[in-house]
Amino acid sequence: MRFLFKTSYEQDIGLFRDRVDAFWYGLLALLVVGLPFVIDEYYVGETSWVFIYALCGLSLMVLVGYTGLVSLGHAAFLGIGAYAHAYFLQQGLPWIAAMMLAVLITTAAGFVVGLPALRMTGIYLAIATLAFAVIIQEVFTRWESVTHGFAGMPVDKPVIFGVTFDDDRSFYYLCLFFLVVALWLTRNLLRSPTGRAWIAIRDSEIAAQSMGVNLAIYKSIAFAYSAGLMGLAGALFAHKIAYLAPDIFTILLSIQFLLLVIVGGLGSLHGAVFGAIFVALLPPLIAILRDSIPDSLASFATASGITPIGSLGAAIGAFLAKPGVEAGIFGLILVLVILLEPLGMYGRWLKIKLFFSTFPMYKRATFKRQKSYMRSERLR
Amino acid sequence: MLIYKATELVNFAQGDLLMLGAFVAYMSVAWWKLDYWVAFLIAVVVVGAFGALLDAVVLRRVIGQPQFAVVMLTIGLGAMFRTFASVTWGSEIYTLPTPFGGVTTIGGVTLSHQYLSIIVGTLLLCGALYVFFTHTRIGVAMQATSQNQLAAYYMGIPVKLIFSLIWAISAGVSAVAGILLSPVTLIDTNMGLAVAFKAFAAAVLGGFGSIPGALVGGIIIGLIELYAGATLSEGLKNTAPYIVMLVVLAIRPQGLFGTLARKKV
Repeated sequence: MRFLFKTSYEQDIGLFRDRVDAFWYGLLALLVVGLPFVIDEYYVGETSWVFIYALCGLSLMVLVGYTGLVSLGHAAFLGIGAYAHAYFLQQGLPWIAAMMLAVLITTAAGFVVGLPALRMTGIYLAIATLAFAVIIQEVFTRWESVTHGFAGMPVDKPVIFGVTFDDDRSFYYLCLFFLVVALWLTRNLLRSPTGRAWIAIRDSEIAAQSMGVNLAIYKSIAFAYSAGLMGLAGALFAHKIAYLAPDIFTILLSIQFLLLVIVGGLGSLHGAVFGAIFVALLPPLIAILRDSIPDSLASFATASGITPIGSLGAAIGAFLAKPGVEAGIFGLILVLVILLEPLGMYGRWLKIKLFFSTFPMYKRATFKRQKSYMRSERLR
Repeated sequence: MLIYKATELVNFAQGDLLMLGAFVAYMSVAWWKLDYWVAFLIAVVVVGAFGALLDAVVLRRVIGQPQFAVVMLTIGLGAMFRTFASVTWGSEIYTLPTPFGGVTTIGGVTLSHQYLSIIVGTLLLCGALYVFFTHTRIGVAMQATSQNQLAAYYMGIPVKLIFSLIWAISAGVSAVAGILLSPVTLIDTNMGLAVAFKAFAAAVLGGFGSIPGALVGGIIIGLIELYAGATLSEGLKNTAPYIVMLVVLAIRPQGLFGTLARKKV
């Protein structure tokens, strides 16, 4: 276990805790940059989904994990960003300008949604954002001059300063670039007075207000910033999916984003990335399992002579192939995470790290949570 | 149909419990050739018991965690129920045969018995619940538990038992709702989802934790939808209830009948 004694201001404002941390993050950066040369092109495409989801997760993490405001309507912001970006591209604007306009529009939309949200808490806010998402989805369907309704809207490959990002590898780097920028921005923002005010609001609104935090301003900023990030993610999402239709941006997508931040771990930027890896890679994993479990179990059955194993494998394969099973698996994992590890994958990561750094002395009780009893959120 | 709320637990799986109730009733009627009313009873008891089991196994563990955790938990459970239903019963659409056949004309308005059964059922249920919550010992204990678990525990209320009971009643009520609704919406695995969102809109509009509020909210949502469908364009029909709800929430964040007091510091 290392203890860090800070001796200068530079140490306090540095992005990494110390040299060891910086080394590991550098290694991670090398790995991520080198990854497309090692793995198959298909998986490169899947990995850029991870980056886009991580952007969405970052956006929701700021709102849910750091400010404590629950939104069930973030898919709407993603949709606004995607449609705005695609529309401006169609009007012939350069990519950067279209992207910036999309981000600006979603930021404004987030600010507007945030205004009534200032007075609501908890479940009321969740339902209000849900209503907003339903309305926006209807707008996508009806406003055909811009969104083309259910006919859909094709999105071309991105062209930035004459460079075309036409294959999966180059798009991977584009997504990576924006994710790193967003991570850097968010990390710095969270260490600033703004970020500290958000965390104060999350922990206790009354206490924050008593300490001079202006709730209205900081909640609006949180909503606007979160929506802006979502708009950026939407611009990339539009290119990745290549064809926009209103039924992509449903409540279920919003719920998937919430799942992402919870499984990843609320209240940490690592959690957003972990959650994105999980959400983006689980469907392909299920597909692989669906194809491989029956075969491998069947061969095991013939090798060992126990036939029930083979039929069990076939049953599992048939079960995984049924429609709607994926949602159920997501639901199961969500339930298990909330019950067993409320801090998500990042919480587990911290425990594993602590186990090794304090190796023979690890105490389970370090992470023991204090038992608390629910009180009405109505009367506070 | 409305979700009753006198507890602080917000249940996003309510719509899926409703769906389960409808399916159980359908199974009893169509497969085991039981009478409608017997099937009704079976569905309510089965789903109610399921709710209590759910509480004992899953939801008791999140007591003390923020409301948000419960919301996400029930969303996850709802997804699991839908998967379970689609694997068990397939994705076909079923109709439940009901004994409510004919039509009645009251004051020049023709009502089919199916709709009448829904209206009467709702009124009876709401009346019963209202009396239960305000006039029986268990009902009052439930209200106390929802306000402050620890204080309720100190007062000698068996909090765990009360929670299981709350869940059982809540699940039973949604099973009733599912059976009453099934002639109108038909039974399929997604029937709960659409109803649940509207029900939440109604509950929020009326204010959580207030049964008359939920009833009024439901009526308002229903009427708005009806009139918007008749007078406005197709797109507005689906969104009008939500727009109204947003406006109401912007003016009165606690809903029409809700109570929201700020702690004095």
